[in-house]
Amino acid sequence: MLTVSKRAEINVFPKSGFPKDGAFVGAPRVLAIASAGGHWIQLNRLRPAWDGCETTYVTTDEGLRGAAMADAAARGQPQPGFHAIPDANRDRTFSLILQLMAILRIMLRGRPDVVISTGASPGYFALRLGRLLGAKTVWVDSAANAEELSLSGRRAGPHARIWLTQWPHLAGREGKDRGPSFEGSVI
Amino acid sequence: MIFYTLGTQLPFDRMTKAVDDWCEATGRADVFGQISRPGRDGYRPKRYNWVERLAPDAFNETFAAAELIVAHAGMGSILSALSGGKLIVVMPRLARYGEHRNDHQRATAKQFANRAGIMTAADEKELPYVLDRALRVAPQWRGDYVPPFAESRLIDAIRKEIVGASG
Repeated sequence: MLTVSKRAEINVFPKSGFPKDGAFVGAPRVLAIASAGGHWIQLNRLRPAWDGCETTYVTTDEGLRGAAMADAAARGQPQPGFHAIPDANRDRTFSLILQLMAILRIMLRGRPDVVISTGASPGYFALRLGRLLGAKTVWVDSAANAEELSLSGRRAGPHARIWLTQWPHLAGREGKDRGPSFEGSVI
Repeated sequence: MIFYTLGTQLPFDRMTKAVDDWCEATGRADVFGQISRPGRDGYRPKRYNWVERLAPDAFNETFAAAELIVAHAGMGSILSALSGGKLIVVMPRLARYGEHRNDHQRATAKQFANRAGIMTAADEKELPYVLDRALRVAPQWRGDYVPPFAESRLIDAIRKEIVGASG
């Protein structure tokens, strides 16, 4: 939770949109997005990183809404937004297009300042769109990828302002390009 | 009750059948499975009750009530077991059987194999022995304390970027 003194440091007015109950004035709008399952569980272990912000959660299962709302209330956080988007599968192109369209819609409406994801395809789409829309982008590669970076991570990483792996031996250069850093793990 | 869970995206017939065979061999009748979509020709367990998918709330209830978790080597299952103080037996999906796109679950199983509370079976042949061993340990298993959030170093690194982000 941000303290009052920190509020003063972020002394800017919200650009537009809809300040939600309880978010401090000028709090960054954070879009936290991941597919349901392991990616979502890992994303949720990072929640304190955006405490006090105007947060919107996006995942592929409407059934996760209740827990997201209850957690925010229990921890005294501003009520977050929540959107369920269609699930997608790499082998079904149409499902990917539907998912991309849903994410685009949410992002054009919400105009996040920060996009953060742990994977997989929803995170990739959101990071690419976020970069186009001028948001800061954060990618935390799933801990499931202990021997090589995830496919979505290899694709999204170069578009991330902060690109992190959860395994120290995977930090560093990725091919001839810059690679992820290591700053610890979700567990 | 033993909760056997595969996540929701892909079936894993090799493991689903191995658990069924183990039930048959041991007479164990209290396994409940979330086995994803078995497909038309997929394996359907005969010795235990199962569903394709539980909604998140029902999943959490079942998870909390289980004395042992049995799962594919997915991060969601492993993290849920660690944070819920449950003993878990995992077996990795392998790409050569079409069970996943690559062998990252084998890497996950290897990386977490030495962690207290996680027991790994390399394949369907090992699984029954690991299940037997796990059931001997399960009644005494209390679990280490696992904080609800990521390492503070990781949270701080991300927070630093986020808080400087508006305007």
